[in-house]
Amino acid sequence: MDEICTGLCRLMVDSGADAGLAQFVSLLVGVLLVSGVPLLTVILLIWIERKVAARIQDRIGPNRVGPIGLMQTFADLLKLLGKEDITPTAADRLLYNVAPLVSFASVVLIWAVVPFTPFHYGVDLEIGALFFVAVASFGTLAIMVAGWASNNKYALLGAFRVVSLLVSYEVPLVFALLVPVLLAGSMSMLDIVNAQSGMWFVVLSPLAFIIFYISSQAETGRAPFDLIEAESELVAGFNIEYSGMKFGMFFAAEFLHVFTNGILMALLFFGGWMGPLYYESPLIAFAWLGAKGGIIYLTTLWLRNTVPRLRIDQIMAFNWKCLVPLSIANIVLVSLALKVLQELDMAPRQLIGASFADMLPATILLLLINGALTLYLLGILRRRGKDARREAQAAPVQFARATAATAD
Amino acid sequence: MTILEFGPVSALLVISVALALIIANISRVMGPQRPTYRKSVPYESGMKPIGPATRRLPIKFYLVAVLFIIFDIEVIFFLPWAVSMRDLGVYGLTVMAVFTLILIVGFIYEWKKGGLEWE
Repeated sequence: MDEICTGLCRLMVDSGADAGLAQFVSLLVGVLLVSGVPLLTVILLIWIERKVAARIQDRIGPNRVGPIGLMQTFADLLKLLGKEDITPTAADRLLYNVAPLVSFASVVLIWAVVPFTPFHYGVDLEIGALFFVAVASFGTLAIMVAGWASNNKYALLGAFRVVSLLVSYEVPLVFALLVPVLLAGSMSMLDIVNAQSGMWFVVLSPLAFIIFYISSQAETGRAPFDLIEAESELVAGFNIEYSGMKFGMFFAAEFLHVFTNGILMALLFFGGWMGPLYYESPLIAFAWLGAKGGIIYLTTLWLRNTVPRLRIDQIMAFNWKCLVPLSIANIVLVSLALKVLQELDMAPRQLIGASFADMLPATILLLLINGALTLYLLGILRRRGKDARREAQAAPVQFARATAATAD
Repeated sequence: MTILEFGPVSALLVISVALALIIANISRVMGPQRPTYRKSVPYESGMKPIGPATRRLPIKFYLVAVLFIIFDIEVIFFLPWAVSMRDLGVYGLTVMAVFTLILIVGFIYEWKKGGLEWE
């Protein structure tokens, strides 16, 4: 964005426009470009998601509207726009109408700190990672507000569950996010990506990536954490009273959030635009980022369509008794290892621009530590799974009959 | 770091909110407006709604919120330390180790007391 903006700015000043005005207009154009990317992708994403879900379920998916069903989303959009816009009489009018806007805006805002290439980004905030956490939690707020303002029992119950789930999984999410911040020594997204020139952070700390992946799957409310739309018990959850485009906004926000998380994981753990020939052209860099983010996005869709929903007590126990302690242990061990390596001069003090050879000792040590922790995590999960299976296959529980003696 | 860095962020905020507002209002203009009593009562699976929905909430949700706040504050203390760990040296690491130890003791206490159970 900077490149385009300065170019445009210079052009306008040269043709005799006021410098301040030129800067303002070029800023506006850049922002429109940045916001255009998520808005255009979300239309494509809904189609991709429906196609993938259909293929996994052995169906064909949308294929009637337009070539290979590509226009399906536009048709749905038009249909949603034509629906009656209902505000229930019992609802809090202001909060009820504001909630979808907050939900949608919070996801679009994340894209402000997402760098597309080394030179094209909305803004390179020094606190980029913190900004992402802060803005993403606005989505949680929107869900709470929507559930409360609807004045509906299903909506409120759904909102309670979802919010307790979202806030719980935010703790391991941020702890996992701390690892790239710690390794790069900066919260700026650009610095975090550049610090991976020697080695991707997913290799240095696979456990942090796994925790981040699981938590962001929970943050978007996707299976196995889809209490957000537990159809069988809560009808639709927090958005039950919403109709038309206000529902559509929650829907679009959720779909966009999944893809945004894919891109963020590519940036934080998979070296963003790093790849062969990325320095040749911004287009190649952008393609690398898109490809990595896209692959991660597809795995989340795959996961969503294969695993069953968990009960809320299982979800909570998994978070507080497994992910949180592990993520704390991970951050402690990574920081200790990094410090030891630096004291022994075995790791570069500045990861930005470090080569593969510089990173080799650090990679081996960190990978060993993280591998051990990851195996430990998988071991716990395996044991718990076995226990659960044994419990399920055991003889049904005999309930004591209520007798006259106990009845009084 | 200047306040100007947030210029594009606030511009993006304005644009996304404006866009969402426009979409929501197109829906209001394009869609029919035929409100009836049945349509605008809270949905309760076709039954007549019984009482207000915003009533007392189970204590366990409150407990989760309290747990979250404790850990969230902990994370906030971690973030600036993570950025400047290189410059803080062994001293910074020791201080953070003590901080983490205190929190882990609290976490274990909480676990043993059953604060993490979802009954």
